[in-house]
Amino acid sequence: MIYAYSPLRRIGLYFGALLALIWSGGPFLWQLSSSFQLDRELTTGSPKFWPAPFTIEHYVNLVVEKSFQEYIYNSIIVASLTTLFCLFVGALAAFSLSRLDVRGKFGVLGIILSISMFPQIAIVGPLYLLASDLGLLDTYASLVITYLALGLPLVTWVLFGYFETLPREIDEAARMDGCSTLGLLFRIILPISLPSLVTTGLLAFIAAWNEFMFALAFTSSIDHQTVPVGIANFTNLYYVPWGDIAAASVVVTVPLIVLVLIFQKHIIEGLTQGGVKE
Amino acid sequence: MSLQQTASAIAGPRKGAGNPFRWQFVTPWLLLLPAFLSLASVSVYPILKGLWLSFTNTSLVTQEHDFIGFGNYRLLWVDDLFWNAWWHTITFTAVSTLAETLLGLAIALLLFEHFAFRGVVRAAMLVPWAMPTVVTSKMFGWLFDGQHGLINYLLKSAGIIKDNVNWLGSVDNALWTIIFADVWKTTPFMALLLLAGLHTIPKSLIEAARMDGARSLATFWYVRLPMLLPTLLIAGLFRALDAFRVFDLVYVLTGGGPADSTETLSTLNYKTLFSTLQFGYGSAISTAMFMTEALIALGFCIFLYERLRRQK
Repeated sequence: MIYAYSPLRRIGLYFGALLALIWSGGPFLWQLSSSFQLDRELTTGSPKFWPAPFTIEHYVNLVVEKSFQEYIYNSIIVASLTTLFCLFVGALAAFSLSRLDVRGKFGVLGIILSISMFPQIAIVGPLYLLASDLGLLDTYASLVITYLALGLPLVTWVLFGYFETLPREIDEAARMDGCSTLGLLFRIILPISLPSLVTTGLLAFIAAWNEFMFALAFTSSIDHQTVPVGIANFTNLYYVPWGDIAAASVVVTVPLIVLVLIFQKHIIEGLTQGGVKE
Repeated sequence: MSLQQTASAIAGPRKGAGNPFRWQFVTPWLLLLPAFLSLASVSVYPILKGLWLSFTNTSLVTQEHDFIGFGNYRLLWVDDLFWNAWWHTITFTAVSTLAETLLGLAIALLLFEHFAFRGVVRAAMLVPWAMPTVVTSKMFGWLFDGQHGLINYLLKSAGIIKDNVNWLGSVDNALWTIIFADVWKTTPFMALLLLAGLHTIPKSLIEAARMDGARSLATFWYVRLPMLLPTLLIAGLFRALDAFRVFDLVYVLTGGGPADSTETLSTLNYKTLFSTLQFGYGSAISTAMFMTEALIALGFCIFLYERLRRQK
């Protein structure tokens, strides 16, 4: 194909690209800029795009006044445990469906997918009662157990899709060499699926890191509340601390953006495979 | 003779010392068991329990939990707050899904073309997707702040508005501002889905159309769009189901206010459960939501099926 566009078309393309760039990146850049500006600069009639004078007082506030590091600590624990469990349980299920003789495997996959279609608000009430009966309210366990089930359908689907692309000859060769079923999974299939495990794990991690409703319902103290709940509760008595909020936004979003940019190619593939191929 | 030997003597000869046959049969299901247990206890059980609760007057305040038949649903039918939230949710779902699909399609077509820095634009599209929704909400709360928000400043500078607009604090604007925030957050993902769909269209088809003298617009309308339609509809369905559950944005940006003008089913449901602690009535709202969602999905499926049949 030839990519010789007319000059007019070329200008249109770059204009559109610029708009798309501003549209998706602009709001966050403003948040970044706000986080380095003094409160009085933020509330003058004419906002400045470049922070002058430059200040890190909002980041100091996060640690000194809001103990924001505690929320981050909770989020890291909950999201990491969720990711580990999701990958382990999801890999077992995907391996079984892809490599072993499961009758009606597409029925099973369909059921797993349709479970993820239930509105989450419909399960939060009964789960709350259950967690309360089991004494699990305001614990990491209540969140990890819930997020595991919420993340499993996607993880199982994506891993299943990846395992299906691996040639069957590998299985046969491993079996010939006397590999057991679990040996086949842990020694052969999982090591060669590392790229897929990393991206799937990242998706599960982001979902757990960002989840709000269950965290809001199940946790009640800073000992177990996660970052979204912490940020949602960020209000001072007499005014909204926009600068502090901006700083918190930057702190919790930048690591995600960096991770996503590193793995962007795999993420796009992982996310879109279910939606496009049938 | 041990017991096992006796047993196998009775059962007749079998291959191997252990029992390879039975293991081969059981192992797959054993490996699926953890996933089933997790989904059964955290998804299926609560759904059924919720259905049961919707027929009771369970409340953590009065400590009652008696079966009351369709009592909750009769109340729901005449509950203005419920229908108010129902209409907001339908409006939100319809407008945001439509806007996201159209805008997403435009961006996908743009990213399909070849230009320098295409990778940068595509990477930037992932920023809104990766950001926690609570952060998005706070970010839009700041951008659309009635007094010091950047949007008011920019619109005033451009001469589009004269005075500050109260985006989130007025009954007329709040829902639209929330829809705007949702469109920002989810359009990029839609665009990437549709872009992947565009890549599956055989290049030869487009080239053939060009050979026949079709211009860009005609190629789009008669070749790309029909080929993309299934992806478009499926992506739209998933987006609509997701939009229907909107919670984080509304809860953090307005909490359902001002004067219930942005109350959606999820936020109303959450408040009924955790503010007034009426678990019976709250579960009836969930079930009603669930049924509305099923209807939306059914509508989409029928439409998709009809379109695909007519194409063949």
